[in-house]
Amino acid sequence: MDNLLILLLFPLAGALVLSFVKQTALAQRIALISAVISLGLTIPFLLGFQQTAAMQFEQQWAWIPAMGIDFHIGLDGISLPLVILTNVLVPLIIMASFSDQYKGNFYALILAMQTGLLLVFTALDAFTFYVGWEVALIPIYFICALWGGENRIRVNLKFFIYTFFGSLLMLIAIIYLYGQTPGKDFSLASFYSLSLDEPTQRWVFWAFFIAFAIKMPIFPFHTWQPDTYTVAPTAGTMLLSGIMLKMGIYGAIRWLIPVVPEGFAAYGQLAIVLSIIGVIYASIIAFKQSDFKRLVAYSSIAHVGLIAAGVFVWNVQSVQGAMIQMFNHGVNVVGLFLILDIVSRRLGTREMSQMGGIAKAAPLLAICFMVIIMGSIGLPMTNGFVGEFLLLIGIYEYGLWYALFGGMTIILGAVYMLRMYQKVMLGPTNEQTAAFQPLQWNETAVLVVITGLVILIGVYPQPLLNISEAAVTELVGKLGGI
Amino acid sequence: MGAIITLSILGIVVLYLGLFKAKSALMPVSLLGLAGAAVFLALDWNKTALPLYEGMVIFDRFAIAFSILCIVITGLILLLSKDYFDRISQRVGEYFALILFSLVGAVLMTSFHNMTMLFIGVEIMSVALYVLAGIKKKDFGSNEAALKYFLMGAFSTGFLLFGIALLYGASGSFDLAEIRQYVIDNPGNVSNLFYVGILLMIVGMAFKVGAAPFHFWTPDVYDGAPILITIFMSTVVKAAAFAGFLRLFSYCFTPLADFWGPVLGVITIITLFVGNITAIVQHSFKRMLAYSSISHAGYMLLGIVVIGATSSGALLLYTVAYSLATVIAFGSLILVKRSTGSDDFESFNGLAKRNPRLALAITIAMLSLAGIPLTAGFVGKFMLFANVLADYQVLLVVLAVINAAMGIYYYFRVIVAMYFKPTEREAVAFPVNYQVVFLVAAVLILLVGVYPTLVSSLL
Repeated sequence: MDNLLILLLFPLAGALVLSFVKQTALAQRIALISAVISLGLTIPFLLGFQQTAAMQFEQQWAWIPAMGIDFHIGLDGISLPLVILTNVLVPLIIMASFSDQYKGNFYALILAMQTGLLLVFTALDAFTFYVGWEVALIPIYFICALWGGENRIRVNLKFFIYTFFGSLLMLIAIIYLYGQTPGKDFSLASFYSLSLDEPTQRWVFWAFFIAFAIKMPIFPFHTWQPDTYTVAPTAGTMLLSGIMLKMGIYGAIRWLIPVVPEGFAAYGQLAIVLSIIGVIYASIIAFKQSDFKRLVAYSSIAHVGLIAAGVFVWNVQSVQGAMIQMFNHGVNVVGLFLILDIVSRRLGTREMSQMGGIAKAAPLLAICFMVIIMGSIGLPMTNGFVGEFLLLIGIYEYGLWYALFGGMTIILGAVYMLRMYQKVMLGPTNEQTAAFQPLQWNETAVLVVITGLVILIGVYPQPLLNISEAAVTELVGKLGGI
Repeated sequence: MGAIITLSILGIVVLYLGLFKAKSALMPVSLLGLAGAAVFLALDWNKTALPLYEGMVIFDRFAIAFSILCIVITGLILLLSKDYFDRISQRVGEYFALILFSLVGAVLMTSFHNMTMLFIGVEIMSVALYVLAGIKKKDFGSNEAALKYFLMGAFSTGFLLFGIALLYGASGSFDLAEIRQYVIDNPGNVSNLFYVGILLMIVGMAFKVGAAPFHFWTPDVYDGAPILITIFMSTVVKAAAFAGFLRLFSYCFTPLADFWGPVLGVITIITLFVGNITAIVQHSFKRMLAYSSISHAGYMLLGIVVIGATSSGALLLYTVAYSLATVIAFGSLILVKRSTGSDDFESFNGLAKRNPRLALAITIAMLSLAGIPLTAGFVGKFMLFANVLADYQVLLVVLAVINAAMGIYYYFRVIVAMYFKPTEREAVAFPVNYQVVFLVAAVLILLVGVYPTLVSSLL
């Protein structure tokens, strides 16, 4: 059962079925079953995975032989955590969306996106990678633009054109690199073995970097993000922040730094500085937000900034930290957006000034919220601690000041997150929060699972770290990193 | 050769059928004839192609592939024409006959091996189209389109003829093989007449394919002509013109690429920007498609600017993708216009609610035109960009990519209108023949998009 292609195509098959389903209840059931089966299909890979740097479960078919394009997929320690993340989060996201009455087409789009995401995380051929990159984009555009809030059309068109432009730059770089390969092919291995001159590497670096920076997003390429997150339906925001932005980070690890090492040597520091500016900038803006959802959106930029800085520092600790923190950020941010959805659905507002005292009405919610917040600000015994600790150690080895400013995420994050908690959950109740409806079964289930993951990874992160360790060590070592 | 004869006879037979009021026989006879012509072409696929009739035409794989494309697209257009021409006129036979005659010209343009045949092909194709563009006799726009098309067409043919004359003056022959030999035999001291001749040929061909700055006729003619004729002009005519363009330049002029490459490069960039920027500001779907077809001419020129091993395959793939998507785009406009009476973007509002299948087909077409992966349009763009980058023309590709991003804006306006804008209107009638054509076109777009080797390996 460890056939990677089946894992990839299964969600697509589910999507095809779902696009014909009109009844909400049936669609919900099919979508959840499909997502859970996908999750189940992931287990054989986890069990059969050898903890070495080798590429495993590889599959390869000729796609366009005339141009040396193959459909080439495989898993290694860097892909596997993200594949797991995708397949863990999609069922949770689907379940979280049960509170709304969506038809089959909504779930079909989510599952189609899942296929695109998995393709991105497993592609070993630049063309395959690019196809996955775009295939993930189309469904999320429709999800956000069909079921979004105010201004959804304008905001999402901006989002789409922005990211599409970035990916087209990447496309140029990919085609250019293809022309440079001795055997005229798109495989990752031939891209790694290229030795381009430095000026070429410099512009190729920018072409890839902008595409990935827009996706993550790194300051100053982030302007699409707060609006898009705010306007999108909850499931869309979860997909965007939980999984999709990892495409950018993963791309940087897999397709940017090892392909153009000299370009990276020239601009890596600039990338780190931009990432850390993003951390502080987004934290300060997050502090000023009165809208719950915008706050979480900006906090996401801050956290991703730290992860990106870790990637561009490029040593074993920092990249390992980035790997595990990508997983953690995905879990935490989905949890936060779910809580936001639970609260704002009941109160009909996202303004934090109109909330307060919910903890009394919903103790379970309050506990889970607290745990998830602790996870996202990186307190010991929660998942965020492990990731941010590793990231900061790695960044510290690169330079003290970077670590100092990067470490501000934790301090500033604690400030705005706890302030948010206080405003939403504590304090006196008002008319609306006093009549807070109890949690529904699907909300409870997702919350408990996420809270469990936060604590589990916080207490015992080693298995997750083991998966990526060999691959990260080898990849970092290839460039002469520590 | 069988194809040209079949199509010519078919045109005459159809004319007679029209004369004897055998209206119901028109469609089956035409389709059968087209299928016959396509089979004649396909049979020659594996034969060694030699110039026929004193070197007048050659049916090599290039000619066969483009001719079959033209024939298939014509077949799809004829399928759409059921009930369409009846609404305009009593004499339906004429339409069929004229379209078929025009197709003969198109096939000649893909297969010429002698400059005279190129000229004759252009004329056969165009003269029939001048009439077709103005076939709505009482309609002011249609008349304007016909007159404009005729004047511009005659003007551009003048350039073409002048260019041919100069090439003849320099090389002493109309035959492509001899012109090619002349260029090869005289490296570095090709006559100046020849260079001027190439420039005039570029002007003439740029007029025919609707490339800027020779594009001014395109929007008005596309807008004014009956929609079905517009489909024919923007698909079959364009495909044939590009096939002729590429054949001439790749076969004869490649050694002089340093001379005409930059000229064509500039034309390409202007075409892309003019087409895209003007398309962005349009309110009418039809005019948007007209301008976007200019920008697509720009992308297709990328296949000629740099002539490499993959040029013809890439151009064929792009032409297939573009033609199929255009058939859906304009075809859907016919339906929407019938129901709403307007060809603005607003007419598409809320279409997804009322006609989900129609909206899906249009979406696939728009995604393909915009160049989104897993549609044929993406692979076409990808191969053309790769073709240009093989010659290290990074700037050209960067500019083309900026244009591709602009294209998203106006193609997505249609999708936005269909899916996200509410409306009170009733469902649009979606007749069976349209369903069949759209299904075939949409499936082909996806099939070629997922497995492009089907087309790209042909050439």
